[in-house]
Parts: sequence; structure tokens; C-alpha cells
Amino acid sequence: MNWAINALTRSLNVFHLGGSACNNCDIEILDALTPRYDLERFGITLVGSIRHADVLLMSGIFNKKSAIRAQEILEQAVKPYVVVAIGGCPCTGLMFRDSYNWDRPVGEYIHIDAFIPGCPPKPEAIISGIVTVIEGLRSGALVPGCLQAPTPAEIELIPEVSGVGSID
Amino acid sequence: MNRNMIILEFLLFPGLLFTIVAGLLTSWVDRKVTALVQMRVGPPFLQPFYDIRKLFIKETCVPEDGAIGLFLIAPLIGFAAIAVASMVLWRSLLDVDSTFVGDLIVLIYLLVMPALGVILGSFASRNPLASMGGSREVKLMIAYELPLVLAVLVPVIQANSIRLGDLFSAPAPAATLSGALALLVGMVCMQAKLTIVPFDMPEAETELCGGVFIEYSGPPLAMFKLTRAMMLFTMPVFLVGLFFGGLVTGGWVAALIGFLLWFVLVAITIVIRNTTPRVRTDQAVRFFWGPVSIVAALAVVLAWLGW
Repeated sequence: MNWAINALTRSLNVFHLGGSACNNCDIEILDALTPRYDLERFGITLVGSIRHADVLLMSGIFNKKSAIRAQEILEQAVKPYVVVAIGGCPCTGLMFRDSYNWDRPVGEYIHIDAFIPGCPPKPEAIISGIVTVIEGLRSGALVPGCLQAPTPAEIELIPEVSGVGSID
Repeated sequence: MNRNMIILEFLLFPGLLFTIVAGLLTSWVDRKVTALVQMRVGPPFLQPFYDIRKLFIKETCVPEDGAIGLFLIAPLIGFAAIAVASMVLWRSLLDVDSTFVGDLIVLIYLLVMPALGVILGSFASRNPLASMGGSREVKLMIAYELPLVLAVLVPVIQANSIRLGDLFSAPAPAATLSGALALLVGMVCMQAKLTIVPFDMPEAETELCGGVFIEYSGPPLAMFKLTRAMMLFTMPVFLVGLFFGGLVTGGWVAALIGFLLWFVLVAITIVIRNTTPRVRTDQAVRFFWGPVSIVAALAVVLAWLGW
């Protein structure tokens, strides 16, 4: 398994999933791919289809409606993959947490392997976060959530089960 | 030559393994030159190998109600065809007397197979975006095959043979007016045959999210990527052999000249890829059936007249 994880960390294809983000994080993500920071040095490229992805990059607050979509996208991902949340919104909801369509942080019902906080995080912070993820995977300190069985608490909190996705 | 030797040749030197390694190195050149054009550092030397190795450890997802058998066989069709095509091509290049009459036609058919594999796979996945990409690929294929075959006709007329060995030992057709025109047409068609920008509408990252490959994952996707890399290596080799003929066969100096010409063709392809936007399907068809076909037909007529 360690050999496989090592192969994974050498070539990370990133699928960006925006869950009603305000666009600041999206711009910083693109910044990390520009010539100045050039993430392709580490073999990191953006892909258009979740089937090709090894990293699911989530940005935004994931409100009651987009939470279900995020769950559906995650089910289509190909194992092994890593889920990384970018920005303060997936952590806490920030200023949107009193909004009528916000329920709870996305980390409570989706197993997120790494958070990169900031509003928005600088490209340096994103690169530092990704490098930390890569090192964690290689040393075995980080086991991707897709390879662990979900805990009973997580199953209970899946939006369809708990009714978060219902429109009321 | 006995059968074991041929199998060994197919698996190792001019065939499968050699083409895979050379193709992946070519795709590294492609990515590195792209990075340099954009003033970036670019990927490490072994990055294409890492990418393929990673895809082999991923699981394979198949669409629930697609044609699963066809979906899984489709990547292998193009992969096998391009490996055989490369072997036929390289055996003629290495030893011009070793091939049979009519292998040029076999080669042209084999070079069509990768595109057919992509089309079959995209329709078998039953994904609407993949079907859209597949139908674009069909239209693109219809567009570029006519001028490509016309361009290939020029060296055939000049050497008066359809055996690759004869074409590869004839005086360079590119030195004549008709040959130069045909080479130009061949390079434009190569761009479309490799489905790279400006003719990449079958996969169109921004509109179709990967288009024809959207449902593929793991080893089948790796097969497609390998096939593309091998095409990127083989097509310029084919054009160099066809249009520079005797200049690039026999001896080390000729091989060096051939390598330089090959590199020039690849570099031109990459620079075009980095400096042009994607065209629409109708624009591509109009372009190939209009100016490109007319130039190709003109080249054939000139070759017929002995220019």
C-alpha cells in the first residue's frame, strides 16, 4: 500500500469543486498554477472530470443544496483520493454561518483529510498545505478518509440521512 | 526470421516497449517546452512515467448502464494498433529491404485505429459529454483523413511504389515543390490527428471537461494516455520517413539528421499548440476540406507532372 500511496503523491490531479464559494479562494487556487508558483513542478495539474482526480479540492460554504451535490460528486471519485478543503468557509462557515441556507460545516458530514484555512489563503499557504499532505501521505501519518470505514457519527450526519438537503 | 524473434521485436525493440518509452519522453518534451513558452519551470523529467504509474494503482470505475465490455476493450484497440504501426514503421526505417509490398496502406489503416478506439469508448460510456466529444472526433476524422491521404500520395507518385522501404530509400520528396506542399499539409493533418490545440475539440477541457475520456479512470485511462503519447512520437517519425526518405535511412549520420528533423516537427507542433486558440468543429471541417484539400490536390497534380 505504501508503494501505491507513494505513486499517488508523485502525480496529483486536482478536481476543484466550488460549493457556492465567493470566488476569492478560486482565484487563489488558479494563482498557485500560474508561472510564478507553477504547481506542475510537483506534478500537480487541474483536471475537468472527477474520474481523473486524485485530490478533491473543496472551496465555499456548502449550503443545504450544494451539500448533496458534494456528496454525489464524492461518490463518483476514484479511490484512492484525498479531500482537501480550502479557505475558512469549509472550516466554520465564517460570515455565512447565520445565513438561512447554511446548516453546519462541511467537515462534519464529509471526511476531509486536510484543511487550508484563510480568507482566502495565499498561494504560498496552499502550496505549503499540499506539501504537508504529500509528506503526511508518504510518512503514513495521514491515511486518506476514502480508505477508512466511515464512523457511525459520520453516517448519521450524511445530508440525505439527516435531512439537510430537504428544501423547506 | 522465426516467429519468436518477431514476437520479441513486437514486445521489445521497435514495438511496444520502445514506443511507450519514446512516447512518454516525447510527451515530457511537449510539457517542458509548453512550460518554457509560458515561462514556467515545468514538470520533472520522469513526470509522464509517474502519471502512468499512478493511474495503474487507481481503481477502475465503469458506468452503470454503459456497454461495459466495449468500454473496457476500446482503449486496447488503439493501443495495440499503434504498437503494431510503430513496429512496421521502424522495421522499414532500420532495414529498408525487410518489408512487404503494400505496408504503407496497412500503416495508414493502423494509424486510424486510435481515433476509432476513442470514438467507440466515448459512445460506450453513455455520458452525454463523452458522446458530444465522440461525435466531434468523428467529424474531425472525416475532415483530416482526405488531405492526409492526398499528402501521402505525393511521395508514392514520386517513388512509384507503395512499399515503405522504397519510400524510405528514395530521394527526399520534401526537396521538390510538390513534396514541400505535401509536407505542409501533412503537418497540419498531424496536428488534427493527435487532437492537440487548435484541433482539440473532442476533449475540450473547458466545455466538455475532458470530453471523450470523461468516464475513464485508472488503467483504461492510462491506456488512452499511452496511446496518445505513442501517437505523438510515431506520427512525426512517419512524416520524416515519408518526406525525407533516403536522407534519414542508412547510417548514423542519416539517423542524426532524421532525429533533428523529427525534433523540428515536434517543436513546430508544440509551438502551434501554445499559440493558437481552439477552433470550432465547423471551422475545422471547412479548413480541411477547403484550403488544405486544395493544396493537397495541387501537390498531387504537381507530383504527377514531375515537379
